Amino acid sequence: MTYAFFLGCTVPVRSLNYELSARKVARAVGIGMVDIDGFECCGYPIRHLDQMTALLLAAKNLSLAEEHGYDICTLCSACAGTLADANRKLRENAGLRHDINEKLSETTGRVYRGTLEVKHFARVLFQDVGLEEIRRHLNTDLSSLRLAAHYGCHYLKPSHIYDSIEDPETPHTLDDLIEVTGAASIAFEGRDRCCGGGVLAMDETVALAMAREKLDRVVQAGGEALVLICPFCDIMYESNQRKIEKAFNTRFGLPVIYLTQLLGLAMGMIPDELGFRLNRVKAKDLLAKVTHDEST
Amino acid sequence: MIIVSDLDHHFKDEIAKEPGGEHITRCFSCGTCTAGCPVREVTDRYNPRKIIRMALLGMRKAVLSSDFIWLCSACHTCYERCPQDVRITDLMTAIKNIAVRDGYTPPPFVLQVSLLKEHGRLYEIGEFENQKRIDLGLPGIQENPEEIRRILLSAGIEEIIKSST
Repeated sequence: MTYAFFLGCTVPVRSLNYELSARKVARAVGIGMVDIDGFECCGYPIRHLDQMTALLLAAKNLSLAEEHGYDICTLCSACAGTLADANRKLRENAGLRHDINEKLSETTGRVYRGTLEVKHFARVLFQDVGLEEIRRHLNTDLSSLRLAAHYGCHYLKPSHIYDSIEDPETPHTLDDLIEVTGAASIAFEGRDRCCGGGVLAMDETVALAMAREKLDRVVQAGGEALVLICPFCDIMYESNQRKIEKAFNTRFGLPVIYLTQLLGLAMGMIPDELGFRLNRVKAKDLLAKVTHDEST
Repeated sequence: MIIVSDLDHHFKDEIAKEPGGEHITRCFSCGTCTAGCPVREVTDRYNPRKIIRMALLGMRKAVLSSDFIWLCSACHTCYERCPQDVRITDLMTAIKNIAVRDGYTPPPFVLQVSLLKEHGRLYEIGEFENQKRIDLGLPGIQENPEEIRRILLSAGIEEIIKSST
């Protein structure tokens, strides 16, 4: 199984721990990741301004992957949603496809053919690798951990672009991927809430208030860490955690880790090789439980 | 107060013609969208049911010049739950696209366009960023914004976005 590795805007600059741990986990379970020169922004930010232009940006990336002959795998949920949605729209609407291809061919010399799929890495792990196979690579006991799964929005919705394979009201794949390690994926109120990342540029106060809701609820439910699959959710819950604490005069100190970092730990990889030094809210206690080493 | 003679009853048709806005007239104001909205949970400035009602009534200027249409976080909760398949997230996007063409582009998005034109991404990957990547054993990335620049130019994005007041 080999995929074109689509990093988007945020991961390669602000989430190196996610990228590092994802590459390690991919290699361990036998997923090939090909880096394609020329992959750029998926187009998500432009859609507010002009959807046709946003579609063109998505098509640029899709056609590039097609040229190389690989399905796309993304680490960012917004990229997954944007590219999967574009892929579906262009496949299903011949008129739209024609108009986009005209402009695409003019500006890039390529055309979109609709020959590939787009999948989020967590989806690849669950569907293409499978829990059984992942279990075969695990060697570290994480059963002492109580973790809070944050699915985010674009990984699940709109459900029809993902062929409705997971019900956004009762999702399970992220819980399953956490629990395969032995860790508990706890129940908590407001599990389905958005991180607020989509409005950060427009209104920071509103966005921080949204992120705060979840941090509050996770801490109240006794979660030891929030588990993420999207870099922008990380910007909200981790990079902005101190800001939220100050703005709302509260204290969380809640570690935020990526699913791939968790899986890496379960596979016996050390925190350093999973980029834990880059985690801003230090996961000292959590890591001590896993590695039995107080000094991490 | 709503002055009936100021209403533009073609506004809903204008929205219905915009990609994503096709289903606006299906809305029967049940409020399921507002009830589940995570933005609404933290601020009452954002109210999708109200926005759609205003649009259907024809309050064109009030809607397009507002800041509240920009508060949708695109979480798609309303999209999934709407009993009438209005596809509210796409509808908000359609309304924003009309607002932009009418001259209401919020400054953060003007900035994002220039970042994309310059770097191909919202964040620069320069020498400093690449060094961090290489130090971690990650492959370096060469910025290559030529294609994106051509696309943004051919789409006339500069003409589409005019400064807002």
